Amino acid sequence: MKPAPFDYLAPVTVEEACAALAEAGGGATLLAGGQTLLPLLNLRMSQPFIVIDLNRVAALKGISRGQACTRIGAMTRQCEAIASAELARALPVLVKAVKHVGHHQTRNRGTVGGSIALGEPAAELPATAVALDAIIEIVSVRGKRETAAGEFYLGPYMTTLEPDELVTAIRFPDWPQGHITLFREVAQRPGDFALVGLVGALVVEDGKVARAGLAWFGMGPTPIRARSAERMLLGQPLEAIEANAVAERAVADTAPFDDHHASAEYRRTVGARIFARTLREAFPAKEAA
Amino acid sequence: MSEHRISMTINGLRHVSNAEARVSLSDFLRGNAGCTGVHIGCEHGVCGACTVIVDGLAVRGCLMLAVQAEGAEVTTVEGLAAGDGTLHPVQQALYDEFALQCGFCTPGVVMTLAALTAPGSKANEQQLLAAMSGHICRCTGYQGIRRAAKKLAAAPAGEQP
Repeated sequence: MKPAPFDYLAPVTVEEACAALAEAGGGATLLAGGQTLLPLLNLRMSQPFIVIDLNRVAALKGISRGQACTRIGAMTRQCEAIASAELARALPVLVKAVKHVGHHQTRNRGTVGGSIALGEPAAELPATAVALDAIIEIVSVRGKRETAAGEFYLGPYMTTLEPDELVTAIRFPDWPQGHITLFREVAQRPGDFALVGLVGALVVEDGKVARAGLAWFGMGPTPIRARSAERMLLGQPLEAIEANAVAERAVADTAPFDDHHASAEYRRTVGARIFARTLREAFPAKEAA
Repeated sequence: MSEHRISMTINGLRHVSNAEARVSLSDFLRGNAGCTGVHIGCEHGVCGACTVIVDGLAVRGCLMLAVQAEGAEVTTVEGLAAGDGTLHPVQQALYDEFALQCGFCTPGVVMTLAALTAPGSKANEQQLLAAMSGHICRCTGYQGIRRAAKKLAAAPAGEQP
């Protein structure tokens, strides 16, 4: 239960971090909050030659306003995201999602960018980024690039990130004030990864759904956007929405798996239930009607 | 394999010693600094026994490298009680509410509660109880720990409940 030996580097600029990563040629691993990496090191499931610690890179920290978006530096800690008045105003569903990541003690170290870059399929933040059309900013010695969160995830812990690249920030486009937020997860204990989870947002204009972004977590090898359900919702008057039918369609987009926590069938069943319930709770008027 | 000269403030005293990069903060505190009140349970962030306060925040000692705590202010359970043996309010609350049996998880529980009830902390009862989900206790059934947490939440920050 002790890590294999490694070299440790603590760059203070993004350029230094990129240079170290490029020089290591795939033998290095990036240390963000460490709340996933340290267990992997301790269990020797990961044995890098070099650990590049990003905690002293000031340029990767902080939450700022961009053009019609909120930009979260990759090394912003989860506890800072929860405490941010800016995020509470602009992205309430993201704050709700972060509160479900791990425990108080791990959120004090864990980072937003670390979780997004790791790509755990049952994690809250990658799905939130996919649901809300976030843009992931990436840098390497070869230059900068950006990718939509929806195109970033390839499989469990697999992303389009190259070995010499690092995530610098995540940009979340603005959603209008008063938009409807959707979040629910089922986990065995608080702090556990979700067995099934759902996150998203809806914009209602003139009583109809004008914009929808919904994604599942724990329902396949990556976060999964509920595109068919979004198409069903768009343009619908609120009173015409059949929550159960939309939920069935949303589950049809998923590819859940069996593991020792739950079967795929369980995940589909619970997924449909929580989707319908979350939709119904989002429109209390419909239930009264 | 890199070795580092690491300096940090532990319970108000400056500590400097060498450690390999791979040494966790919890192992460093126990082995190098002699703070054996830092209990090491699962070593992968699940049990919470190794929780210590780093720069005011409760964190897992096993999920941080010692070298990362360079220059940090670290508090362990050894740093809480007064010199004359008077218990810290959190320790007293746990004692009063029978919130420990074997005591293995207790230092971690104490450090989380101490961080969240320190002067200037705004944690309410709900937040204190939620933070307890980060600790596994196999003896008490948690009821005593919950009573102590509620008692602490009702008291003004930093004061004896």
